[in-house]
Amino acid sequence: MGDRHTRKLTPGLALSGLGLAVAVIAAAAAAIGPYPLTINDIAAALLRRLHGVSDPAFAQLETVLFSVRLPRIGAALLVGAALSAAGAVYQGLFRNPLVSPDILGVSTGAGLGAALGIFLSLPVIAIQGMAFATGLATVALVYAVATAVRGHEPTLVLVLAGVVLGALAGACISLLKILADPYDQLPAITFWLLGSLASIQPADVATAAPVVLISLVPMVLLRWRMNLLSLGDEEAAALGVDPRRLRALFIAAATLMTASVVAISGVIGWVGLVMPHIARLLVGPNFDRLLPASMLMGAGYLLLVDTLARTMSATETPLGILTAFVGAPVFIWLLATGRRGW
Amino acid sequence: MELRAEKLAFGYGHQPVGRDVDLSVSPGQVLCLLGPNGSGKTTLFKTLLGLLPAQGGRITLDGTQMSALSRAEIARRIAYVPQAHEAVFPYSVRDMVLMGRTVHQGLFAQPGEVDRARADAALSDLGIADLADRDYTRISGGQRQLALIARALAQESRLVVMDEPTASLDFGNQVVVLDQVKRLAGTGLGIVFSTHNPDHAFACATDVLVLDEGLTRAAGAPADALTEEMLSSVYGVDVRLETLSSGYRVCVPPALSG
Repeated sequence: MGDRHTRKLTPGLALSGLGLAVAVIAAAAAAIGPYPLTINDIAAALLRRLHGVSDPAFAQLETVLFSVRLPRIGAALLVGAALSAAGAVYQGLFRNPLVSPDILGVSTGAGLGAALGIFLSLPVIAIQGMAFATGLATVALVYAVATAVRGHEPTLVLVLAGVVLGALAGACISLLKILADPYDQLPAITFWLLGSLASIQPADVATAAPVVLISLVPMVLLRWRMNLLSLGDEEAAALGVDPRRLRALFIAAATLMTASVVAISGVIGWVGLVMPHIARLLVGPNFDRLLPASMLMGAGYLLLVDTLARTMSATETPLGILTAFVGAPVFIWLLATGRRGW
Repeated sequence: MELRAEKLAFGYGHQPVGRDVDLSVSPGQVLCLLGPNGSGKTTLFKTLLGLLPAQGGRITLDGTQMSALSRAEIARRIAYVPQAHEAVFPYSVRDMVLMGRTVHQGLFAQPGEVDRARADAALSDLGIADLADRDYTRISGGQRQLALIARALAQESRLVVMDEPTASLDFGNQVVVLDQVKRLAGTGLGIVFSTHNPDHAFACATDVLVLDEGLTRAAGAPADALTEEMLSSVYGVDVRLETLSSGYRVCVPPALSG
């Protein structure tokens, strides 16, 4: 059997391997930085925290670890896992292994809200709130437009509506950039649109994490039915599921998840596109395994990239730039070697 | 279990495709749907499966209006075998067949032991048990068609609707698929299938319905309903029917025999 597939590892083995890799990257990320820590320092500090012991001799070390590094590590893991989970959902829904979580305009919409917030000099929390709200609103609008336009392939109309409204939101962002104060607001908008975890606060992670977890619930519970949706509407319907309701639910969950992390990290491209695709090569397309594999890979990858971003040079490199430099070649490689999609 | 359409009008949205179609299928019956390209076969199938709303007339499943049934209730009674397609994602053949079990599972369920056993039994039944762990995207068109039929078996519906199950298959695989159709009807399934080849109606159908421009041109047992005049007029070429010495009926185009 020459074409018998050998590329898929045992799913359990693949997932444990990915989990281990993420743990190693996290430990390394906690140790590396302008204030280097050893694994022993970190373990000892964690044990002290666990037992409620405080020792003034370690005050500086603990501040670095608990107030700076761990929140940032948590944010990177959360953002990477969420973007990849949403990407896996969208790729299944649109039956295309090369779509990303922002295909319906959630990131561009969130970018518009954030740019407006920065333009109006609002406080950070309000900027995040606006990004979250406009991200959701954009997808809701895309969905409403697609539902109003009948008589075509529903997923195709959704994608086209997403492209059109995304372009419109992009034009509004450009307008805000022109109007913005070039010394203060413009760099902030640009930086936000490229994504960064440099100014992440523990509170950011604490607000985004519950939203991500809630969005994850329907994805996990309905993971088998997600497979049926990826066969297309007619087959899914003939197999006994209601594709429209199921799709609406998955879009809502994936959008909520993306918007909640984009609001704290800014727009980080490529992760949600490339990671689910590679995860599929590793464990196959069954959503039962694809979802955890995508999340682990996305979490580990973004943490790796973020650690590079903060240690490579004295000034932080925006994440969107790094993910693009890695993502674009991988994407081209996938196009060249991958199967036919649309 | 009976699928019955009366005075059925069908089409997309406001655009009518066909009307006044009467048909019925019960377990053990094989209804072959014939008709030239664009005659409305696919639209009729989608309407029979409840994927498109009927524009007029009625479709009933055991006397219950189709429109009153949920997707799951329809799927427990009628299974659909699409044309062997290229899947986007490389599901294993077993996973593909397991998807037919969804209608017997709870909303949040994963396939269990029983489902796996049924799926494997369906694969064995069609003689493709050895393909279970292969990627659906990496098997041949004929094997895919058999896998999709296995999925319909795993769904355990008494009626199966097959959209051109022999389309784009080589000669050998066409015979294999038609043989399965005949065999499955023998096990008590009711089957509706469409084809472009009238010979297939003679080969394995108990009933035939010829659709032309959305209207019924002929219906009944193949031997009675399929006449040279009717087939010639529907397909727009001269058609001669001949009986081979084995008793097998075939269509012959005289245009090609001279």
